[in-house]
Amino acid sequence: MALAQARIDLTEARIAALELPHGANWANEARHTALTRLRAMGLPTARDEYWKYTKPAELTVVDAPKAALFDPGADRRVFEDIDRLKIVFLDGVFDAAQSDDLSLEGLEISRLSDVLKTDIHWAMDLYGHLETHGQDPVARPLAALNTAFATDGIVIRATGRVSKPVSLIYLHQSETSDAVLHHLIRVEEGAEMTLLEQGPAAARFNKCIEVDLALTARFHHICAQGRDHARRAVTHSFVRVAEAAQYKSFTLTCNGVLTRNEHVIDIVGDNAVAHVAGAALGDGKRAEFHHDDTVFVTHRGEDCESRQVFKKVLRNGASGVFQGKILVTPSAQKTDGYQISQALLLDDDSTFLAKPELEIYADDVKCSHGSTTGAIDEEALFYLRSRGVDHSSATDLLVLAFLAEAIDEIEDDTLRADILLQLELWLARRRG
Amino acid sequence: MLTIKNLHAELEEEGKQILKGVDLSVEAGKVHAIMGPNGSGKSTLSYVLSGRDGYSVTDGSATLLGADILHMEPQERAAAGLFLAFQYPVEIPGVGNMTFLRTALNSQRKLRGEDEVSAAEFLKLVREKAKTLKIDAEMLKRPVNVGFSGGEKKRNEILQMAMLEPKMCILDETDSGLDVDAMKLVSDGVNALRDAGRGFLLITHYQRLLDHIKPDVVHIMSDGRIIKTGGPELALEVEKNGYADLLAEVA
Ligand SMILES: Nc1ncnc2c1ncn2[C@@H]1O[C@H](COP(=O)(O)OP(=O)(O)OP(=O)(O)O)[C@@H](O)[C@H]1O
Ligand SMILES: [Mg+2]
Repeated sequence: MALAQARIDLTEARIAALELPHGANWANEARHTALTRLRAMGLPTARDEYWKYTKPAELTVVDAPKAALFDPGADRRVFEDIDRLKIVFLDGVFDAAQSDDLSLEGLEISRLSDVLKTDIHWAMDLYGHLETHGQDPVARPLAALNTAFATDGIVIRATGRVSKPVSLIYLHQSETSDAVLHHLIRVEEGAEMTLLEQGPAAARFNKCIEVDLALTARFHHICAQGRDHARRAVTHSFVRVAEAAQYKSFTLTCNGVLTRNEHVIDIVGDNAVAHVAGAALGDGKRAEFHHDDTVFVTHRGEDCESRQVFKKVLRNGASGVFQGKILVTPSAQKTDGYQISQALLLDDDSTFLAKPELEIYADDVKCSHGSTTGAIDEEALFYLRSRGVDHSSATDLLVLAFLAEAIDEIEDDTLRADILLQLELWLARRRG
Repeated sequence: MLTIKNLHAELEEEGKQILKGVDLSVEAGKVHAIMGPNGSGKSTLSYVLSGRDGYSVTDGSATLLGADILHMEPQERAAAGLFLAFQYPVEIPGVGNMTFLRTALNSQRKLRGEDEVSAAEFLKLVREKAKTLKIDAEMLKRPVNVGFSGGEKKRNEILQMAMLEPKMCILDETDSGLDVDAMKLVSDGVNALRDAGRGFLLITHYQRLLDHIKPDVVHIMSDGRIIKTGGPELALEVEKNGYADLLAEVA
């Protein structure tokens, strides 16, 4: 079907403002086919069903909307006490001076910009491949744009059990930066690694990560999207999970005018596990807050388990969206699928929209999904206050209780405690 | 200790008058009991005193150690020394019992300008008190009251009271739902806290509790008022004859 002229114009204007980097033949081809995909789909508009609840305009417009810088001062930084390999990007540009050496036992780490100039590299079988695959049945044009124009990123191959997490630190110091980063992760058979990400990256950030998990591989992914208010972000995680492999991801989002996090997970082997979780806290008082979690999990293998656990706490006009789907193909017998999306609205001004979907073509499966929107439990609040806890501390305690199911998806005790502490600090700063 | 004068209160939404002039004073060191038919306003009195939303005081006063509590926030009343053991303790999924207790204790201390209790001190204290109430470590770890049996919830209320060491304790039907042994535990818990500086107001329907916790004064409440006040023998009379005679007396 031909695209509407307005969409073509929008797409071409954006493309015209970007530069197609030049590299090895396979890389050039990957970029060109991505560009063709993008042109065929066109950038999203508010008319698209998949963008019904989140306005894409600020993500597609040529110039990134200006984003005031945020100074966290001396406040504690997330993961600061964690022993990790640090890789720093400043407004989307790799910062060698602030980064550690890209070497760690059990890992091969490279920069995407180098990899894409290398004639033969394992990444040629991954770059853009999972993204392409994830375009069906729902178009994700901003991910195709990413593959075509990504300027850099991190490429990691894990071959053993890794002693400490790899930590991507995104710093943001320009009010107009417009970063497009693309990461590739391949975890080989029996290997296990943890990837941490933190920070806002840029005024506008388009991130794409493709994760390929081999037989029995394990990948833990914990993301904290920074505390900047004015920034916009669209992220795509494309994950392929082979037999008996495990993918576990958690994202913490506090603040942010606009965030759209898409997870596209393809469970291709048997006995595999995929968990995606997120906690988003929005307070519209200082700046607008809109957060969208869009998840698509496809079960192809037998006896696999997937969980989607998304919680949002919204106040002062903040808005939240959840679009989550579990697709169980005919081959995926004994699938155990779980999906929950919940919002705690701390006032009448905030809104939550949820579109949970199940599509099941196998007969022997166990799938459940639920979505709730609620206010704070007044009975519990009074009980706490009658014991001497002030109103806002009592509210915070109930907020943390509400978020617990999502936070508990973080397997590692230290990392879970770190995220929890960061959350508590965020809440404490807002206390009356 | 607690002085209630001519207290009138109504349900905010319905505008329905529930308390119609309650007069009651509990002295330090004394145990008072309130009995009365279902729906007479006993729990309402306890809620109004502790500051629950949904009621408006239309007349009268209530003071704790001379301070007007009716204009305080619930947490300030708690810090001032008021404690209510709920008739129906609330379940709070996701909040651990230990976190709840420690937060409560330290919040009160902070409001009073006292130092917080250290984690180690707290642990020692809670273990010791829990043990006497036969509350095991597993129960302490669970979310507040979630999945607790009726009796366990009541014991948990007494544990909170023992930890917080309030000056004025109101116990709303803490005896209901308790088995014979739990009744003994709870009563021992209360008796252990009895001292010259502390007052108790026990709301109950049964003499059974009063066999264990000997009251100094017994009040009968009916239709939002205290209609009769007497000694422990008043409770025995209710046990034997019900409320009919008493109600007829004042009618
Ligand atoms: N939220 C409410 N809405 C409507 N009526 C209420 C509400 N709360 C209390 N009442 C009414 O107020 C009256 C007093 O209730 P309260 O719970 O204080 O009685 P009680 O003496 O504690 O009774 P019981 O012995 O059964 O515990 C009852 O008639 C009750 O129905
Ligand atoms: Mg009652």
